Amino acid sequence: MRRPLWILAVLLSHWRRHPMQLATLLIGLISATALWSGVQALNQQARTAYDRAAATFGGARTAVLVGKDSATFPQQLFVDLRRAGWPVSPMLEGRVQIDGRSFRLLGVEPVTLPSEVGNAPAVGRGRLQSFVTPPGEMLVAPETLRDLGLKDGDRPQANGLTLPPLRVQAELAPGALIVDIGIAQDILKLPGQLSRLLVGKSKAPHATLESVAGDKLRLVEPSAESDLERLTDSFHLNLTAFGLLSFFVGLFIVNSAIGLAFEQRLPMLRTLRACGVSARMLNTVLVIELVSLALVAGLIGLVCGYFIAAALLPDVAASLRGLYGAQIPGQLSLKPVWWFAGIAISILGALAAAAASLAKAIRMPVLATAQPQAWQQAQRRWLMLQSAAALAVFAVAAALIQFGDSLITGFAVLAALMLGAALILPMILQIALALGQRSARAPVGIWFWADSRQQLSGLSLALMALLLALAVNVGVGTMVESFSRTFLVWLDGRLAADVYISAASDQQAKEIKAWLRDRPEVQAILPGGRADTQLGGTPIEVLGLPDHTTYRDNWPLLESTANAWVRLRPGDAGLVSEQLSRRMKLAIGDHIEVPAPGGSWLLEIVGIYADYGNPKGQIAVNFAALTRHFPQTPLTRIGLRVEPDKIAPLITALQEKFGLDDRNVADQATMKRESKRVFNRTFSVTAALNAFTLGVAGIALLTSLLTLANSRLPQLAPLWAIGLTRRRLAALELLKTMAVALITALFALPLGLLVAWCLLAIVNVKAFGWRLPFHVFPLQLIELLAVAMAAALCAAALPVARLARMQPATLIRTFVNER
Amino acid sequence: MLRVTGLTKSYRSAGEDVAVLRGVDLTVATGESVALSGESGSGKSTLLHLIAGLDAADSGEIALADLIVSGLNDAGRAELRRDRLGLVFQQFNLIPSLTVADNLVFQSRIAGRHDAAWHDELVERLGLKNLLRRYPEQLSGGQQQRVAIGRALAPKPLLLLADEPTGNLDEDTADEVLRLARDLVVRTGCGFLMVTHSARLAATLDRQVTLHAGVVA
Repeated sequence: MRRPLWILAVLLSHWRRHPMQLATLLIGLISATALWSGVQALNQQARTAYDRAAATFGGARTAVLVGKDSATFPQQLFVDLRRAGWPVSPMLEGRVQIDGRSFRLLGVEPVTLPSEVGNAPAVGRGRLQSFVTPPGEMLVAPETLRDLGLKDGDRPQANGLTLPPLRVQAELAPGALIVDIGIAQDILKLPGQLSRLLVGKSKAPHATLESVAGDKLRLVEPSAESDLERLTDSFHLNLTAFGLLSFFVGLFIVNSAIGLAFEQRLPMLRTLRACGVSARMLNTVLVIELVSLALVAGLIGLVCGYFIAAALLPDVAASLRGLYGAQIPGQLSLKPVWWFAGIAISILGALAAAAASLAKAIRMPVLATAQPQAWQQAQRRWLMLQSAAALAVFAVAAALIQFGDSLITGFAVLAALMLGAALILPMILQIALALGQRSARAPVGIWFWADSRQQLSGLSLALMALLLALAVNVGVGTMVESFSRTFLVWLDGRLAADVYISAASDQQAKEIKAWLRDRPEVQAILPGGRADTQLGGTPIEVLGLPDHTTYRDNWPLLESTANAWVRLRPGDAGLVSEQLSRRMKLAIGDHIEVPAPGGSWLLEIVGIYADYGNPKGQIAVNFAALTRHFPQTPLTRIGLRVEPDKIAPLITALQEKFGLDDRNVADQATMKRESKRVFNRTFSVTAALNAFTLGVAGIALLTSLLTLANSRLPQLAPLWAIGLTRRRLAALELLKTMAVALITALFALPLGLLVAWCLLAIVNVKAFGWRLPFHVFPLQLIELLAVAMAAALCAAALPVARLARMQPATLIRTFVNER
Repeated sequence: MLRVTGLTKSYRSAGEDVAVLRGVDLTVATGESVALSGESGSGKSTLLHLIAGLDAADSGEIALADLIVSGLNDAGRAELRRDRLGLVFQQFNLIPSLTVADNLVFQSRIAGRHDAAWHDELVERLGLKNLLRRYPEQLSGGQQQRVAIGRALAPKPLLLLADEPTGNLDEDTADEVLRLARDLVVRTGCGFLMVTHSARLAATLDRQVTLHAGVVA
């Protein structure tokens, strides 16, 4: 046992003498683990929240029976099915407005709820009585209670009724209100109606669905994924892709540090072998050393990852709420598996990064002399192979663009583009530097280019990391900027009214409208409404728009028939959102049947409009038609056209008269400001991850330059000996780094634009259902180029400063003590 | 103690087999010191490397005491170097990240044969007492070679093999280092086989063997 410890002590002594190299290795592992674990923590947190939402009475994870062509169906069907042996439980779903805010109301029947519904509210036997008998109880998540500014036991008002007392139930999803089904039918004014029947897993024989319910009901099989999981997959894939990119960039650092340490330790390894350490023992101890370092770095990385996740969580939660309406708690809670996975990824990453060096150590003949240049020569042979592989990967990307048609294909194209570009980068640099060498005349100039080429193999991994980080920054930056520009133009059209009111109830809305009719400054009152239903098994919104010039003139349509707005008036035509048209492959002139309480509603599609940021598909119809087909639609939303200079006094008057606060009444400018704030917050997590990735790439470059600095001495010392000052040598070294960084950055720009195109034309379309126009922002590109050069300058500064200050004795030692 | 019989070794160079050793026979008795000389390319270092188990012979036999070296696999050869041999190279080959003290005890520790009294005697005899905390790069060539000899002799090997141990040293230092090595070899009673170009230094050992074109002349 002592022998391996002695060998380990000898191996570790190398790091004691080269602390910078050890720091490089640890920084690489820590950043790789931290960013990866941070992203995983965010994903895990979100998935836990989705599970919680899905577990609110089944969601997509329980089989359900729904009306074949109407949003609700008679309760008698439930009775008939139970009698026929079906393990069904009734549910009624709708929306209620409390204090001007919309909540999802779920009416359940606790006695028949299937056990596999998950962590449904524990309506225990003791509480059953108070839950089902008037006034009943309304179960809510703690977040919802906080949101409402109410406390346990309070009884808020909705739809002109006093709701049951609120009771907190921790496992509920935020935004949902749970009551007994009878109470829900009263609140939603749907007596004797149900939205769906949850189907339990009882294996008892029962009659066929058709024999009991005829063609009135349809069975929807359970899905392993919840709706939210499906919707947010792309977002998490995006986060994971960032995490992976940062992880690989971190591993580039590790690989570079281990590679150089191995080269430097070759004489030591040979001596160990000469002293009688067997190859197997040496490699075992090398692995033990690496795993120990990875363990330490992994633990530190996990702690950093926790803090990164905690810092990013509010932004991620905002993004998920803004893009998908998903509610993520703001408190980070992590499972033990996260910690174990983080340590495992650190160790596996370290072993992968060190694989080449370990393989070399295994094959190392005892008598081989140290050849620091040998790997560079081998690298040249690899250059051709690497370039050929890059071309093959590009061909795969082209084929995927041509024939692929899914989100996964989109991400595969992105991955192939990045991999291909990284693989071909050394060849591009080699060609550019060779051209520079050919054009050089002065001896120092020739040496400058030739030496840059020789140095390339040691720097290429770090430059690849820089290339990928820059390309992602350009790509994501261009995508966000394109989105931002399109979104703002779109928002101007969509928020056409001057004032928006959200009344507490239909009654209050009526009173407000009556009051407004007597106000001379109000040019138009634009009532609005929204109903929820399902189309093809997917939840959608039906939006009611009044027939008014405000919408006709401003509402942005991507495609439409002639007189589309006029065609909406009779109530047999609708406009569909872009994402719904893409998802269901709907085109102008197509007909759709929308399930409504009174039966299915046939609509002809007369236009398609952009609806950025809405996770649900949407159909816009005439407001009057909406209230006919969905009579229970809350009529609490009102838009106003008002003389511009009278907006503020009107809002104040409204607030005073009806006791409305800022959340219930807002002017257009405030709404736009709020929307822009939400938009910016939605992408702030992307910006943060962009900055992290670029930062890690900068560290990769710095560490590569630092580790290369020592092995550069034999190349630089002869030049110093023949008369080049240390300062001039340092300037040349700096110039070399800047030159290769510039070539890399210039290559990253078109690559980044290509990435942006992929994101806009493939990934966004598949993930969100909307396609955005592609814009190039030259100023943004110049800015990123400057950031890249600044990163390269920072990375080169330390080794160059060291060289400039290097003592002559150090340079002389190169001649007297070459090993 | 060391018996080499009919040893051959060839390398491929520029697509051709170049025979370096063409049937070498050699013996070194316990306590005997032998100088191995010959012109460049005569195969001296190759022979030493084969005896040390750093490389494998094409044919022939190497026996050290009761052990047939030429029949050993990599692990066996590593054990041989660790437990029975001491190696000294022209380039010193000390471990740069270890202090002199740690370099000295390194081989005896991994061989599991550390003898504190013998270690102290080595430090004393080699004049390393004031250098123990230094790193190799802070030593002169002669000092480094003294540490290398100390490291090789610390586990009390059966045979000390030295490949041009004084090649990097000036004449006075070389004489001094070799004198120390000879004294310690006599003190331990091990065999000593030294490759050298110097006829003067070779003459100071018990016996001289010359290699010429891959065979003992």
